[in-house]
Amino acid sequence: MADHLPILEVEDLHTHFFTKSGVVKAVDGVSFSVKPGETLGIVGESGSGKSITAMSIMKLVPSPPGRIVSGDIRFKGESLLPKKEKEMRKIRGKDISMIFQDPMTSLNPVFSVEKQMLETIMTHENMNKQQARIRAIELLDLVGIPDAAKRLKNYPHEFSGGMRQRVMIAMALACNPKVLIADEPTTALDVTIQAQILDLLKKLQQELGMAIIMITHDLGVVAEVCDRVMVMYAGKPVEFSSVKELFDKPKHPYTWGLLSSIPQIHNRKERLEAIKGLPPDLRDLPKGCSFAPRCSHVKDECLIKDPALSEDETDHFVRCLLYEQEEKVTVHE
Amino acid sequence: MSELLRVQNLKKHFPIYKGAIFPKQTGAVQAVDGISITVNQGETLGLVGESGCGKSTAGRTILKLLEPTDGKIFYKGQDITDVKGEELRKLRKEMQLIFQDPYASLNPRKTIEQTVTEPMKIFGMSKEKRQQKLDKLLEVVGLDSYHKSRYPHEFSGGQRQRIGIARALALDPELIICDEPVSALDVSIQAQVINLMEDLQKEFNLTYIFIAHDLSVVHHISDRVAVMYLGEIVEIGDVEELYGNPKHPYTKALLSSIPEARPLEKRERITLEGDLPSPSNPPQGCKFHTRCPWAEDICKQKKPVLKQVPGAEHQVACHLVKEVVEDTEATLV
Ligand SMILES: Nc1ncnc2c1ncn2[C@@H]1O[C@H](COP(=O)(O)OP(=O)(O)OP(=O)(O)O)[C@@H](O)[C@H]1O
Ligand SMILES: Nc1ncnc2c1ncn2[C@@H]1O[C@H](COP(=O)(O)OP(=O)(O)OP(=O)(O)O)[C@@H](O)[C@H]1O
Ligand code: SF4
Ligand code: SF4
Ligand SMILES: [Mg+2]
Ligand SMILES: [Mg+2]
Repeated sequence: MADHLPILEVEDLHTHFFTKSGVVKAVDGVSFSVKPGETLGIVGESGSGKSITAMSIMKLVPSPPGRIVSGDIRFKGESLLPKKEKEMRKIRGKDISMIFQDPMTSLNPVFSVEKQMLETIMTHENMNKQQARIRAIELLDLVGIPDAAKRLKNYPHEFSGGMRQRVMIAMALACNPKVLIADEPTTALDVTIQAQILDLLKKLQQELGMAIIMITHDLGVVAEVCDRVMVMYAGKPVEFSSVKELFDKPKHPYTWGLLSSIPQIHNRKERLEAIKGLPPDLRDLPKGCSFAPRCSHVKDECLIKDPALSEDETDHFVRCLLYEQEEKVTVHE
Repeated sequence: MSELLRVQNLKKHFPIYKGAIFPKQTGAVQAVDGISITVNQGETLGLVGESGCGKSTAGRTILKLLEPTDGKIFYKGQDITDVKGEELRKLRKEMQLIFQDPYASLNPRKTIEQTVTEPMKIFGMSKEKRQQKLDKLLEVVGLDSYHKSRYPHEFSGGQRQRIGIARALALDPELIICDEPVSALDVSIQAQVINLMEDLQKEFNLTYIFIAHDLSVVHHISDRVAVMYLGEIVEIGDVEELYGNPKHPYTKALLSSIPEARPLEKRERITLEGDLPSPSNPPQGCKFHTRCPWAEDICKQKKPVLKQVPGAEHQVACHLVKEVVEDTEATLV
């Protein structure tokens, strides 16, 4: 489907939080686009702005203190930024829907799952209660909740962590969205159910041409479902490429660190490797490259100059001064 | 190694009621249905299994956050099944839980500082010591100390999870039940947290029950691993033995579904057919028989019990594993 126009475009997005102790630059210059039928992965450090990027697209950033300070977000070529809350409510769930990272932030503990699911379905689809209930049961079945008709009556706390996550997935898929933003959708799922959910997403994607933005820490999931990947660090993309390129020829020192931190069953180590140092303070980023204080390839120049995202012949973008000159770097093992 | 915790035939059933005015119990969700385990001081027991199989409920019941329906819990040789009041409060200091759902377990009206230091205060630690300890804890979980005065909603998913870990460590417990403690962390911070947990374990002889879906992480951290299915333990053994030589069909399926961070390499996955049975109406005989590719007639009638695999620290409950020592009742190592 490569010849399609992008369905969603994010252009130079900056989302900041204006707190008492300073401005937290949670998202600081993010651009990407997705086409129908495509899956874009977003990975990166915890706290690097992945969820806030997603919340910005949904226009759900808590405000105050948060605000989209600049940039643009376009759905089918039309900017979402000027849209009123009322219009956004029609778009959310129907055109763009999101699986939230924390199920309990979006499931209301005082209502049964049935009530919440029917409400979502009936807001967007022309269905009566009976039809909506049938649809809800069908969805819970699809995500592997046993005894769906009975479980529908339960309250969120009566489900296990992974079941709540699957209820959220079912709700996000209820109205066949054009764009699905999945924020860590499988963290609470065991590998067999995870495989089942990923297959389900792929199948729906093929049938409906849905575009998926998959935010995940699980590089195995990235390898399995994504077409392209964006790696984020401190509010910015630091690397962007096809999945194959990223695993075959990772370029950014942060990505190298990430890939070598994965525990491997076939090669058990005494100690896991971690990137040294603390994640940066987003209110007060270091001058030059944000990764410099933790980078093992740091040069004097990195402390002064903030690298730009540069591209090579293979559509592989990287934000690192090692690649701004012709200098050759030894490829990471 | 001495025994720290012993659980005997532990059950937790959640009653199901019908009728709004005169509710009558019509059944029960058999979330935990007779598990027996022994955990030695200083070891890590990994606990894995399908979403909804009862891992969190087992953890909560062992820590007496839920009343057991049946069975016994011994801690340091003492029967704690029925302890209450002051005794229970003292016990709580020694046994901690890292919650699966960090957002739901953090008080939204308390700053991180309050959340982490309050338990220390209750147990009479001086203000100065509390501050020192807080700074140390935040540092080890990778949170800059400027985060101290912030509230839970101001954090990313992975940051919240780390606050939960810091809180659990605050009182120097002896036993920590870690329920998906690193699921929301990127692999580098995950490595850092796991290394920390291992260091603490060595230094203070801590004991962990480590619940996780990430089988590579479980492999890395555990000494022994128990596999649960529908409220029961179906296989348990030394970590290398279990991963290298899985016997139970469910364990085999589980291990074959691990996604790996290598794109375009398709592996043979044993996919489980059929719907997940409901824990309120589990299948007769072997609870796995409805989905087991190797099920035979006997599996539908007779329930397999855990039996010793000769020559290894390994027990399995399956009729078809023939090389087990027959007639050895489940005496767990
Ligand atoms: N309401 C808020 N006020 C101030 N800072 C905030 C607020 N919400 C989020 N942040 C900060 O914004 C940054 C980005 O958060 P975000 O949730 O996008 O991270 P993330 O990449 O999704 O991380 P994770 O992988 O841990 O979920 C974090 O450092 C977080 O502390
Ligand atoms: N308070 C409750 N009331 C009724 N049923 C419950 C309650 N808590 C849990 N259950 C049920 O008990 C079963 C086991 O749940 P539990 O949370 O222990 O699973 P789990 O193994 O931790 O799953 P996950 O991996 O998804 O977190 C599930 O079917 C769940 O719906
Ligand atoms: S620009 Fe310099 S400090 Fe930044 S990642 Fe590249 S080498 Fe490291
Ligand atoms: S006892 Fe029978 S049904 Fe159960 S796991 Fe073994 S072979 Fe499969
Ligand atoms: Mg997030
Ligand atoms: Mg759980």
